[in-house]
Amino acid sequence: MEKLMEDLKSQIIEQLNLQEVKPEDIGNDEPLFKTGLGLDSIDALELIVLLQQHYNIRIANPEQGPEIFHSIRTMAAFITAQQKQQA
Amino acid sequence: MSVKVWIAGGGVISGIGMNLEENLQAFKDMRTGMTKMQYLQSVHQDAFPVAEVKADNDTLADMARMPETTSRTALLSLIAAREAWKSTGLGDISRYRVGFVSANTVGGMDKTEDFFKAFLPNPGGGRLQQVVHHECGAVTELVADALGVRHHISTISTACSSGANALMYGARLIRNNIVDIVIAGGTDSLTRFTLNGFNTLMILDQQPCRPFDETRTGLNLGEGAGYVVLVSDNLLAHIQPWARLSGFANANDAYHQTASSPDGTGNYLAMKGALDMAGLTPEDIGYINLHGTGTQNNDVSEGIAINRLFAPHFPAMSSTKSFTGHTLGASGGIEAVYAALALKEGIIYPNARFRRQMKELPFAPATAFSTGNDLKHVMSNSFGFGGNCSSLVFSKE
Amino acid sequence: MSNSAYITGTCIIRENKIFLNDKLVWEGEGPGLQELLRAAYDHFSGQYPKFHKMDPLSKLGWLAAEVLLKDSPVLQLPKEAVGMVLSNRSASLDTDFRYYATVKDIASPALFVYTLPNIVMGEICIRHGFKGENTFFVSEQFDAALLTTYAAQLLAETPLQACLVAWVEVLEHRYEVAMALVERSGTQPLTAAALNFLYNKKI
Repeated sequence: MEKLMEDLKSQIIEQLNLQEVKPEDIGNDEPLFKTGLGLDSIDALELIVLLQQHYNIRIANPEQGPEIFHSIRTMAAFITAQQKQQA
Repeated sequence: MSVKVWIAGGGVISGIGMNLEENLQAFKDMRTGMTKMQYLQSVHQDAFPVAEVKADNDTLADMARMPETTSRTALLSLIAAREAWKSTGLGDISRYRVGFVSANTVGGMDKTEDFFKAFLPNPGGGRLQQVVHHECGAVTELVADALGVRHHISTISTACSSGANALMYGARLIRNNIVDIVIAGGTDSLTRFTLNGFNTLMILDQQPCRPFDETRTGLNLGEGAGYVVLVSDNLLAHIQPWARLSGFANANDAYHQTASSPDGTGNYLAMKGALDMAGLTPEDIGYINLHGTGTQNNDVSEGIAINRLFAPHFPAMSSTKSFTGHTLGASGGIEAVYAALALKEGIIYPNARFRRQMKELPFAPATAFSTGNDLKHVMSNSFGFGGNCSSLVFSKE
Repeated sequence: MSNSAYITGTCIIRENKIFLNDKLVWEGEGPGLQELLRAAYDHFSGQYPKFHKMDPLSKLGWLAAEVLLKDSPVLQLPKEAVGMVLSNRSASLDTDFRYYATVKDIASPALFVYTLPNIVMGEICIRHGFKGENTFFVSEQFDAALLTTYAAQLLAETPLQACLVAWVEVLEHRYEVAMALVERSGTQPLTAAALNFLYNKKI
């Protein structure tokens, strides 16, 4: 889980072009949207692309977004759960 | 005192008809244009209903009397613009000072896609510069040439409000005595490019769209073209006007690239500005042709802005996109023709598939076609990505 | 055209250089457009992370507005009183192409957003809160008469008190911005000749 969360931070920075952010700037429990990283609705769509590209997980319903993408930890937990289901 | 600008006629080609009369009949029959994709080849063929113009390119080229290799965007444009001109009864176009102001967002993208396909495996095989004449401006030039327009030609590209902005610009050309007549509106054909793009934004409905309905889940893409003929007051004796373009305004929402602000600031400013220019108050408006795409975001922002401006006197309103789908750069032109015709014949258009009123709003759209209504002023809204919000007001006299 | 519109500032970006009111204010060292944009952003602005997400067209227009409007009294005007008239040749083709290249893999929503030329106006409006009228023309060439006439009309006939007028073009490695700030009073009248002079000036 720790490793996954570290990976996610780098992947998010790359996918969302957060050029002035470093992985260590992102807290595991910090909200990604609005406050925190200040991501918006297009970023949420890019995170859906990220899940598909790096983890082969598809999200068809964008309304799931806010829950899954609340923080690095909720994202990692979602990915872990999905991978268990697939295995 | 500004010169009055009249609407002397209009033409439309869309998913519900090849000309304005067919469009009108579709509204009367409650026949909407969304079907399974028939003409566009796409991997999303079965996933998303679309409102295609029901003809292949060869048929459209025949109708337009143009080569079959012509971009679909240009063919649709020419067919609707010719119909618009013909409806005015003004005759030989070369006798007047005429401008052509056309909006589009995809340009000749249907042709460009073919170029991209050839270009991608072999980037040395072509230069991007060569694609430029497939772009937005080239479509306008081609059509203006075929129409015989010589005095002024412009292309406007401000996303989904482009068509409405073409009318605004056209009216200003007339008011400043640069031309006497402007054929103004927009055109866009359905392309894989836009379909894929709107799909990535996750705002396409997999069912026929339900604008201003509590259960709405997105928009359907459409295609088509619509043009009005704007005529200066000094030619009034030569026409039988459908309506007058009495007010217009554009504002930027300054909120987000694609999303409308929650309180519809830009929408409100555009509607308010158009009313102010027309010298009207909200209760003067008898019908609003809504932007009404069917996305969660647009309809709630537009509705809240309408509530703020119009409460407690809500005019009849509807989204004709529930029939035509969202035709992007064409929508402002198509809906301007509908709005002008509404005044001419007292029409209130229906909002198809409406069932449940939105919980945020104290009003609901009209659901039945009716004619002979006593309409004096009609509003048409067009809001686009990039925060570009436009509103037009048409008056009977 | 009546003299109710005046050019009160200009910004040119081309050939790795940025000029403000005819003065060279920045010269890029890197080889390409991306390097220029990033270095100029760091120098003139910073603190606006959304910049990095923009496409080159938006970055160019946004940056020119940033340089031109720094400490400008225009920023104190009512937000509804500032608008813009922009134009170019290639619309959003530069980004259309890059977006199209992603479609066969997994299409990028963040790129698709920029496949419209007017998004650059949206980005400038978001940055400064401007809510006045915007329009974008696609023209084969820099059309000084069109831009002049339209901007002058907006200042004369609408609530606008200031208007950004610009040609913002980018396609692959070729790019240029010529932006003028136009207001209701000033010393240099807005004329097509003045805009042409600005655009054609040898640098």
